[in-house]
Amino acid sequence: MTDNTTKHDTEAGAGPNERVIGTPSSAESDAIVAGAADPHPQREHDGPYPASETHKHSEEEQRRGEKVASLWFTIAFLAGVGFIVAFFVFPPEAIADPQIGQYSTMALGGTLALSLFGIGAGMTVWARRVMPHYEVSSPYDELPSPPEEKRSFGEFFMKGADESGFTKRPLMRRTLLLAMAPLGIAPIVLLRDTGPLPGDKLKHTMWEQGMHMVAEGTHRRLRAEDLENEPGGMISALPYVEPTPEHPHGLSLNEQAKTSVILIKMPENDWKPGMTQQQLNWTYNNIVAYSKICTHVGCPAALYERTTHRILCPCHQSTFDAADGAKVIFGPAHRPLPQLPISVDDEGYLIANGDFPTAVGPTFWDAEKGD
Amino acid sequence: MSTNTDAPKALRNTGNYIDDRFHLAKTGEKNLRKVFPNHWSFMLGEIALYSFIILIITGIWLTLWFKPSMAEIVYDGSYERLNGVAMSEAYASTLYIDFDVRGGFLIRQIHHWAALIFVAALVVHMLRVFFTGAFRKPREINWLIGIAIFALAMVEGLFGYSLPDDLPSGMGVRILQGVILALPVIGTYLSMFLFGGEFPGEDIITRLYMLHILLIPGILLALIVLHVLILWHQKHTQYPGLGRTDRKVVGTPMFPAFAVKAGGFFFLTFAVTTVMSGFVQVNPIHLFGPFTPTSITSGLQPDWYMGFMEGSLRIFPNWFDFQIAGYAVPTAVLVPGLVIPGLIFGALAVWPFMEQWITGDKRHHNVGDRPRNAPVRTGLGVAGVVFYGVLWAAGSNDVLAETFHISLYWTTYFFRVALIVGPILGFIIAKRICLGLQRRDLETLEHGYESGIIQQLPSGEFIEVHREPSEETVSVLESKLEREKILAAQRSVTIDQHGVESPESRSLVGRLRAWLSHWYTKDNVSFEGAELHRGHPPEHEREEIERRRPPGAAEHPGRERPGRRQLRPGLCHAGERFPTGLRASDRAGRQVGPPPAARTKHQAALSRPQHPSQLRPPPFSRETRREPQNPPGGF
Ligand code: HEM
Ligand code: FES
Repeated sequence: MTDNTTKHDTEAGAGPNERVIGTPSSAESDAIVAGAADPHPQREHDGPYPASETHKHSEEEQRRGEKVASLWFTIAFLAGVGFIVAFFVFPPEAIADPQIGQYSTMALGGTLALSLFGIGAGMTVWARRVMPHYEVSSPYDELPSPPEEKRSFGEFFMKGADESGFTKRPLMRRTLLLAMAPLGIAPIVLLRDTGPLPGDKLKHTMWEQGMHMVAEGTHRRLRAEDLENEPGGMISALPYVEPTPEHPHGLSLNEQAKTSVILIKMPENDWKPGMTQQQLNWTYNNIVAYSKICTHVGCPAALYERTTHRILCPCHQSTFDAADGAKVIFGPAHRPLPQLPISVDDEGYLIANGDFPTAVGPTFWDAEKGD
Repeated sequence: MSTNTDAPKALRNTGNYIDDRFHLAKTGEKNLRKVFPNHWSFMLGEIALYSFIILIITGIWLTLWFKPSMAEIVYDGSYERLNGVAMSEAYASTLYIDFDVRGGFLIRQIHHWAALIFVAALVVHMLRVFFTGAFRKPREINWLIGIAIFALAMVEGLFGYSLPDDLPSGMGVRILQGVILALPVIGTYLSMFLFGGEFPGEDIITRLYMLHILLIPGILLALIVLHVLILWHQKHTQYPGLGRTDRKVVGTPMFPAFAVKAGGFFFLTFAVTTVMSGFVQVNPIHLFGPFTPTSITSGLQPDWYMGFMEGSLRIFPNWFDFQIAGYAVPTAVLVPGLVIPGLIFGALAVWPFMEQWITGDKRHHNVGDRPRNAPVRTGLGVAGVVFYGVLWAAGSNDVLAETFHISLYWTTYFFRVALIVGPILGFIIAKRICLGLQRRDLETLEHGYESGIIQQLPSGEFIEVHREPSEETVSVLESKLEREKILAAQRSVTIDQHGVESPESRSLVGRLRAWLSHWYTKDNVSFEGAELHRGHPPEHEREEIERRRPPGAAEHPGRERPGRRQLRPGLCHAGERFPTGLRASDRAGRQVGPPPAARTKHQAALSRPQHPSQLRPPPFSRETRREPQNPPGGF
């Protein structure tokens, strides 16, 4: 079946008058006021689609359209040249300066956009003002095949299937399917070495008894007094490790993602009764350390409001009460931020008193199970 | 005028060369003659297609410099502010694209803007298809392919966003990992395998890179090609209008007009994307700094298409988290992270089949519904949009709270309530509006439209002249009858002509189905048996009609649309129609008549009711009946 508009006059429902829409059939003799643009309504149409009439633009209008389109194409050409010029006007050394880089981006973007726009606008003018305007109708394909065709196909297919023996010889069929099974699983097996098994890795961090801490982004070991002078009452801290050649500046990102803590100095009498004795024992001089990694899905819960003792995670606004064991008081997180037991060593440096008692970070299946 | 039926020699030779090998003359002609209905809303899919092409072109260019490596280096490059800062090679290479490669910043921005436009165009395109019922048989498969494209596009965008390894992008990956970890039993394994160990590890960007530039675009490309091939084969749907039926498509042919228009439109899309990219900064990664798992800035916003996920993670409470024998099931992560997107995509995917089941409508449809004529579907669609919109807005609740000085927690409470109440209200309001529009359509059919002309009758009474709507308008309005008939036919399947229910419909499922079917249609304003009324034409014109009508003959036999006639008893006998030459402008203010030049002439004549002889209607003009144009109020 073709879409040719002329060849379907016999098509059921297509009607006897399939033609360019908007054109009168010859039977109609009403006076025609065709589109204002069409001065020769009755002229034989000589375009690719059989029609006695289209809404054709007058020669004069077409000429005007041509001029406008050509103007756009010329603009596009000039802008395209401008793009190439702009490319060389800003040398690589220059764009290293963000300000100049931005000018370069604007110059390149502006010229390129203008060039593309010129081509697009010119083509649109061409289509609208030079080409004749008409609509054509064409039948939709009849979708279900006729019953004979379907039947013929079905018979043919089943005969072929029978001949192949696939239907009649179950042993062969089943062993073939069996043979495919391991091959189907193989690609999944091959993914096995994409990563290690979780084991209890997620439940432990590198914090251990006696480890010093540093303020995040520094190498300065923290003392208890450092918190007295901290206006926000909070310091983000990481374990102190000797720089290695591998990590000249300290810890790998993996280690940071688990060990990061916030140290908070709590006014003497602000602890809530919900704090257990053990939790209080894990504090030192009213300094408490909580994991900084939100137990919702793992953003750093980095905002601390001193007056209300609230720790806020900016991602989804889980809010934890620092005076109450970092219990969740609002938002989607469920588990409290794990508390790191701390104390000080002989020299007055803050140290960890062991690892977190529970898993840090997003809650997972066995996060709350012991080892 | 010269007629070029002889192709130039070079072209003929090329053509012959190809045809000698592929036998393409007939197929080629057939495809060049393909008809594309005209409506602005068909351009939405085109925008998506063109943006995808732009993404591929710019993406390939970006791969020339981008290094998908997480190896840690200390930056020493052109962007001085970050010198000495530790970062991944991925981030450093993105800085290199920005500050060392000429045009790099621009191309990166084009890539990003095109991604934003791509997904936006997909969504609006999908809504168009939904609200016009273009997903109905035979196009259900293409609807499913479209949903797969939408879902993959989101994932593709998320992974692309993650590649430069700047602070917000790393946070996106962190959240993704947190959601994976929450999966019962397999979560930790999946996370370990995907990240090659614990978060963030050293592999994830390399792996996301492979997914972003090879696997997902490959699948997307295949699906998009398939989508377009199916579209090509089944042809576009079209909006109701004169001559547009389920059997015949009306529009602009591929060659030459559509090809030039579409080509032009590609360049226009590209131009708009480029101008945005040149002048509106998106994702300035140099200002965000490299990712570290311990830093964060507030007011982080993901790309817009991930906003609804962010919002659902924000407002879903932890009230339903539970444990099984000590094992944690964090529903506050699982529901927003998996169940809600699953629901949205799942509902989209099953709707065509659901609607088919409810209405029992198994026919082929090529003429789209006007949304008002399917009030329940439209209402549900609006409810869905509101649901998505509330989640999306909730993704910026901190920004909203900041801007409007509201307590952060109150915004959360507000969105929790709005998420439930909003869609219900949306449904009710949208449905009401649809029914109101139906009533107005019926009115227009029966009484014509108000012409704005006041006339004094001989009795001294003043009336407003009602004009009969143009044939085009009538045929658009009448498209509803077709629908009514189909839905009524379904009802007669469950209840036979003796009023006896079939056994199937007495089962529980059958009852549910009958109830849904009733609910789906019960409030519709029926057009059945609507009498086309002539309104109150001015006195002298009434005589004119009588005089002009050839006795007993339809004026334009060729205009009759077989197959529709019996649908409208007493309605619209072409011969009886008031021969208006005027430009109907429906009440929504859309023009449904012929070109403005002609209109103003006629309107001028009509808006000055002077001497009756001057009010003579213009000679019957054909082109008022059919002009290449959009149907009135496609929406
Ligand atoms: C549907 C298709 C695609 C979408 C939605 C998409 C989206 C994105 C987004 C949002 C970014 C972040 C850009 C930024 O840094 O601001 C990105 C980066 C990138 N994309 Fe795509 N992309 C698509 C296809 C492709 C393809 C086909 C390729 C390559 C063949 C590609 C290559 C890249 C590369 C190399 C980057 C990293 C460079 C950079 O961020 O500067 N993308 N993509
Ligand atoms: S990650 Fe902290 S609230 Fe979601």
